[in-house]
Amino acid sequence: MRNVSLKDAVTMIPDGATLMIGGFMGVGSPERLIEELVLQGKGNLTVIANDNAMPGRGIGKLVDAGLVSRTVASHIGLNPETQRQMIARKMEVDLVPQGTLVERIRAGGCGLGGVLTPTGVGTVVEEGKQRIELNGKSYLVETALRADFALIHAFLADYTGNLAYALTARNFNPVMAMAADTTIVTADNIVPVGVISPDHVVTPAPLVDYLVTNG
Amino acid sequence: MDAQSIIAKRIANELRSGMLVNLGIGIPTRVANFVPAGIAVFFQSENGLIGTGSIPEDGMAHPALTDAGGRPVMALPGASTFDSAMSFGLIRGGHVDMTVLGALQVDGQGLLANWMIPGKMVPGMGGAMDLVTGAKRVIVAMQHTAKGKPKIIDKCTLPLTSVRPVDLVVTEMAVIGFPNGRATLMETGPNVSVEQVIAATEAKLELPGRIPEMQL
Repeated sequence: MRNVSLKDAVTMIPDGATLMIGGFMGVGSPERLIEELVLQGKGNLTVIANDNAMPGRGIGKLVDAGLVSRTVASHIGLNPETQRQMIARKMEVDLVPQGTLVERIRAGGCGLGGVLTPTGVGTVVEEGKQRIELNGKSYLVETALRADFALIHAFLADYTGNLAYALTARNFNPVMAMAADTTIVTADNIVPVGVISPDHVVTPAPLVDYLVTNG
Repeated sequence: MDAQSIIAKRIANELRSGMLVNLGIGIPTRVANFVPAGIAVFFQSENGLIGTGSIPEDGMAHPALTDAGGRPVMALPGASTFDSAMSFGLIRGGHVDMTVLGALQVDGQGLLANWMIPGKMVPGMGGAMDLVTGAKRVIVAMQHTAKGKPKIIDKCTLPLTSVRPVDLVVTEMAVIGFPNGRATLMETGPNVSVEQVIAATEAKLELPGRIPEMQL
């Protein structure tokens, strides 16, 4: 793990990158990294995330700035700007059931080719996918997802990069922290080693490539 | 009592102590206001919380404690938080005893469409497909008609949420179950006749010998 300034962290991310961004309706999203992406005008991004939050909030800021060309999400209903860009064909939207989305990301981070899920069998979600019958039940083959960068927000990060999360700000963050080539983390609090006890570490330090310094 | 309160209060009568329950947004959220005295249930928010409480007073909200719509909530004593993989493991894995969702359409076999109107409204399915596929019991909370048109119809014309039928539909006019895969009128709403329910329903309803009025 290396410490990095906010500016240098985002400089590493090229136009056209695929990003996983933690958060659920903006809660637990790495807000400072998102704002710096807007500032540096990184465009043509693919954003894999639970949702697109709402205009002016979290991932919504990237959408407002027209930086997202494709999003893979479970819900965009609270972001009318995403829907507008989707209808205007400025953004491609791939809607995935929430439980399937998180499992595809988990699979990507855990060395699995994908998962078998009953969710979506017999619905439009099945289109173009393989169906497998196993012990009398039907499942869809849902392939693993990976990204170039995972942008993660934690409540606590210690000097080695161990992470702990707060309440419902955890959501997709620990799962995404395993599923990208490079994991960049912001934290509300950067604390000495030992403040997070071993039992309370959620994301172990070796998964974190860069910790963005505060201030 | 207004239509939404009738629906929410009737569904609250289905709660049993110890259940893990997921409530969708809209009328389902209101079920939490009518938990019967002496019943203690766990409410799950799929963004990663068991023990979801009510809305905090002004100035008492925490930015990292929200419901699945991103609105501030409180957590009750005994609450727990977890990531989205655990949250949907609970849902798909059959650990959620009951889920209450809204609907655009329900058909005569109990199949549900509640997540999109092609060309008009494409919000995404969020957690709905996993919930309907995986929860032990699925209850639909909705007004009986929309702009005077029946929502309980012969066959869904909108994209399905799941091929698993729902267990119960509760409206301000009726409680409808699906024994043997057929829509069956189990109860009528307050001051609503069987004939009125039939007139407001497109799907054919099975009529048992005794159809009591909803107990609220």
